[in-house]
Amino acid sequence: MLGKLSWSAIPFSEPLPLISTAVVGIVILVALGIITLKGWWPYLWREWLTSVDHKRIGVMYVTLGLVMLLRGFADALMMRSQQALAIGTAQGYLPPEHYNQIFSAHGTIMIFFVAMPLVIGLMNFAVPLQLGVRDVAFPVLNSVSFWLTAAGALLVNVSLVIGNFARTGWMGYPPLSGIQFSPDVGVDYYLWSLQISGIGTLLTGVNFVTTILKLRAPGMTYFHMPVFCWTALASNLLIVAAFPILTATFLMLLLDRYLGMHFFTNEAGGNQMMYVNLFWAWGHPEVYILILPAFGIFSEVAATYSGKALFSYRSMVLATLAICILSFMVWLHHFFTMGAGANVNAFFGIMSAIIAVPTGVKVFNWLFTMFRGRIVFRTPMLFLIGFIVTFVIGGLTGVLLAVPPVDFVLHNSAFLVAHFHNVIIGGVLFGVLAGYNHWFPKAFGFTLDERLGKASFWCWLVGFYLAFMPLYVLGLMGMTRRLQHIADPSWRPLLLVAGAGAIVIFCGILCQIAQLYVSIRTREQRRDVTGDPWNGRTLEWATPSPPPAYNFAVLPRVETIDAFWEMKRKGRRPVEATYETIHLPRNSPTGFITAFFAVVTGFALIWHIWWIVILGLLAAAATILAFGWSDEREREISATEIARMERTRVALGGAG
Amino acid sequence: MTTATIEAASNRLAHQRDSGPAPTRIVVAYGFWIFILSDIVMFSALFAAYAVLAGNTAGGPTGADLFNVRNVFLMTMCLLVSSYTCGLGALSAEQRKPERFLIFAAPTFVLGAAFLFLEISEFVGMIDKGAGPSRSAFLSAFFTLVGMHGAHVSAGLIWLIYMVAQVVAKGLRAAVLRRLLCFSLFWHALDIVWIGVMTLVYLMEVQ
Repeated sequence: MLGKLSWSAIPFSEPLPLISTAVVGIVILVALGIITLKGWWPYLWREWLTSVDHKRIGVMYVTLGLVMLLRGFADALMMRSQQALAIGTAQGYLPPEHYNQIFSAHGTIMIFFVAMPLVIGLMNFAVPLQLGVRDVAFPVLNSVSFWLTAAGALLVNVSLVIGNFARTGWMGYPPLSGIQFSPDVGVDYYLWSLQISGIGTLLTGVNFVTTILKLRAPGMTYFHMPVFCWTALASNLLIVAAFPILTATFLMLLLDRYLGMHFFTNEAGGNQMMYVNLFWAWGHPEVYILILPAFGIFSEVAATYSGKALFSYRSMVLATLAICILSFMVWLHHFFTMGAGANVNAFFGIMSAIIAVPTGVKVFNWLFTMFRGRIVFRTPMLFLIGFIVTFVIGGLTGVLLAVPPVDFVLHNSAFLVAHFHNVIIGGVLFGVLAGYNHWFPKAFGFTLDERLGKASFWCWLVGFYLAFMPLYVLGLMGMTRRLQHIADPSWRPLLLVAGAGAIVIFCGILCQIAQLYVSIRTREQRRDVTGDPWNGRTLEWATPSPPPAYNFAVLPRVETIDAFWEMKRKGRRPVEATYETIHLPRNSPTGFITAFFAVVTGFALIWHIWWIVILGLLAAAATILAFGWSDEREREISATEIARMERTRVALGGAG
Repeated sequence: MTTATIEAASNRLAHQRDSGPAPTRIVVAYGFWIFILSDIVMFSALFAAYAVLAGNTAGGPTGADLFNVRNVFLMTMCLLVSSYTCGLGALSAEQRKPERFLIFAAPTFVLGAAFLFLEISEFVGMIDKGAGPSRSAFLSAFFTLVGMHGAHVSAGLIWLIYMVAQVVAKGLRAAVLRRLLCFSLFWHALDIVWIGVMTLVYLMEVQ
């Protein structure tokens, strides 16, 4: 009746996950209780859960990413403390069985449920505004994408208390992840949650490629698009081209596990290295799916806070597209030690060095943008400067690792761990935090507190260097990754420094929570009444903060890059007086309901409860068919209504 | 090309560029194209897996032992002709002739179902011979690649019934026409994938 599910699935003998889940459970119950008592459900359902507004969906993505960051960071703190404690005769407090789940969950969560939602959230929020249009190409699909991502995140968290998570590392290499060596549900949690959220990501890719290529304000040619839109386009093209590979790869592993097939098994002709190849054929583009939008954010930040146009816009676009293509030609550098032979390794080593060239072009572009600019040292600018320094170090260690003989020494060492955290924290995360500070007033109508923002930046920067520079050294000293116990006591001092670094980063996260809290409390003093708090250059700043549901009362006419800057320079108001009827997409519960059934089906698949699988699939299909039948997907806002809303806004001192 | 035509073309381009967001029909068809491309990327991963594992028969039957070229020829014909009738149906829909669309939908469905029937009987026959998907890596890759195409055909058949229902219930209004356009794109894309399957899986094994 319940498949493999029984009371033994709940780890009563392990207090740590039980207590943490209980705490999280109580927090969730209290939150739900408050919502119910205050009668907020109708508001939540109407304005958020069923919203198909790209701005709302963007905010929900970022919120999901930030919440999951707390979960992923808790895992990081546990790993750093375990490695600082379990040296020599001491065994620390995490048994191997548990420790292996933590590092697997940490990687999976940070890539798929922190970095991806944060990046996609910012794209959702900013891209349609920057393009000067009213929504994405497929608004309901956008909501489906978000809720499927949230469904995957939920399943990963369920594994904390019902059953266990994978102990294979976040890449899930077979044969370890095969049924023979991982017979329990951990790997199934990993696979199904990523399959579900992966479909969401793929649909996002389809949606944004179409939006950027087909929906732009009148006059906005490709070379009038803001750089962030270009990087978003490149990133979404990569999603469309790379995520299906991951889906197919995981499908094969699932067939091995569920139907006894032999894609990646040891016997009957299976080939494990094929998994590794396919995984990284997705995995390396994935790196650029994450970093390219961050590059775009930094380009916006560099231009805005230097009061100058971006240096060499065209070379920036070209570099972005070059990276987009080259990113598919370097995947083998993740496993030079596979033994593909000297020629193959040499090819991929050279390609990996070449991809550093367009990235170098970008670094110089940012530097020259700042050169002789009127730099305003706001939080996003600090993140940009911190990023340039940090990312160059990460890039250089990357080029070092791209040299096959060096990689044979450093493969799977702490050096590698330091390298990719260097580029992901110093690149993606700093970019996302810069974007968060930059666009927050646009989303909510008030700015974030600067003092706490800067404090969080310094904690992140210093904490990062303390936490990861020792790992470079430890890697060179021979420390491999994922150690639950350290045999060599001479590594202790460096591990203690790394642990201290994690605590400093924790202070940075606390500063951000405080920043959000303080800013909300003092929002009346920090209202952005102009809609353009940073003297912005692109069209999102031509709207009020927060923008109305329809974004632009009249679609702006674009003649140059930095369209809004040009409008301000020529003294032309972006808002004109003649309004037309606007069609906006109606709210739809399709995304929420589909994701609900995806969670149910995923959970039942993990535990082999076949009757629920069938019911869940039928229900999800029925939801999609019901949506496919509907015709009334848009609502009208009449011209007089818009005129009234715009007048109210002007009367309140808005941007009109 | 004369200067005048170039000028006219560039004027037209400039006008298109200037006109802002594209109409819904273009956006929907374009988006669906992108989705189909992603689907083809997924198939290409399965093709790659098949190419890697095709020789790994683990002492079990090979493709030459199992495949029946006559069957494959029949299947190919079913699918290609169903695509032809699907195309005629799409043209009828474009000309706002719902009855003719329904007449062409019938052979499209029957031929698609016949393809599926032939495929399933091939699978059942192989499993009966002890050549199921868990016999060897080669057979795992074969069943997954070909089965994935079959799953797409099945989804297409359900979609076709659904579209027939929509045409009957709502007539050929704009939203229905857009969905029909996506359906025919999907149905033709399955042909393209099948040509790959037929060539790489069947013909190369039995040559």
